[in-house]
Amino acid sequence: MTTELTLDAPRAPHARTKRGINWEKWGWIYMRVSGVLLVVLIFGHLFVNLFLGDGVSQIDFAFVAGKLSDPFWQWYDFALLVLALVHGTNGMRTIVNDYVAKASVRRILHTALVASTAVLLVLGTLVLFTFDPCPAGADPELVASFCEDIL
Amino acid sequence: MPAKASGAGAMSSSATIEVPVPRRSVIPGGTLYRGNEGMWSWVLHRITGVAIYFFLLVHILDTALVRVSPEAYNIVIGAYKTPIMGLGELALVGAIGFHALNGLRIILVDFWGVGTRHQKAMFYVVLGVWLVLMIGFTPRHLINVFGG
Repeated sequence: MTTELTLDAPRAPHARTKRGINWEKWGWIYMRVSGVLLVVLIFGHLFVNLFLGDGVSQIDFAFVAGKLSDPFWQWYDFALLVLALVHGTNGMRTIVNDYVAKASVRRILHTALVASTAVLLVLGTLVLFTFDPCPAGADPELVASFCEDIL
Repeated sequence: MPAKASGAGAMSSSATIEVPVPRRSVIPGGTLYRGNEGMWSWVLHRITGVAIYFFLLVHILDTALVRVSPEAYNIVIGAYKTPIMGLGELALVGAIGFHALNGLRIILVDFWGVGTRHQKAMFYVVLGVWLVLMIGFTPRHLINVFGG
C-alpha cells in the first residue's frame, strides 16, 4: 500500500478545513475593538476618580453612591466591567495557550478563566444595577448628602 | 493559484553541497526581532496585561462591597489610601498607560498600511507620550496620597 503525499503549490491560498464561525478571528478583532473603547473609557475612569478633586483620597461610599445613582455612570461602569473583563480573560487565554504545553492543564486553566469571568460578570452587573445609594439604617455620616431627604 | 516551484522540492540527492560560511549577523540574537524594540514592547505588553488583569479581579470584588454596607466599603477602600498602596496605584496607572498606548501601536501595525515600517518609531512615540502622561499624573497623585 502506498500513501500519496499531496503538497499545496507554494503560495496557494490557505484553505480552511473547519466550517463554522472562526472564533480565533473574532477574538482577535474583539481585542482591537474593545481595546480602543477601553483606552477611552479607562482614561475617563482614571481622570474622574484619581485626577479630579482630591484623587484617591476622595473615594468612599458616598463618592461611589453619588456616581452610581446616575444612570450615565451605571452604564459607563457596566461597559467597563464587560469590555475589560472579557479583554483580560481573552488575553490570559492567549498566554495560557502560549506557555502551557499540556492539554489537560490548559483545559483546567481555561475552565478557571471562564468560571471566574462568569462569576465576576454576574456579580458586577448585579452590584451596578441593584445598588442602593441610601441603604436603610445606614450611618448618615457615611452616605451621600442627597440621602438626607430619604433617610 | 498556479505557482511554479523553483528549486528542488524533494530531498533526493545525496551529493555534497558547498555551503558558504554565514556572515556574522549585525542584528543581536540573530533574528529580525529578538532583543529589539519589537521584543521589549511585546514583553512589556504581556507583563502589564497580566498585572492589570489581576488588579481588575480584585477591583471588581472591592467595588462590590458597596452592596454590602458603607462601612465595609470604606474600610477596604481605606487600604487604597495608604502610602504603599498609593505607590502601587502609581505603578498601576503606569502599567495601564503603557498597555493602552502600546495597544494602539499594535492596532496601527496591524491596520495602517505602513505600520510595520514605523513600528520602531511608534514604540518611541509610545514611550514619549507615556512619559508626558506620567509627568502630569505623578505629582498630583503623590500630593493626594501623602497630603499637601
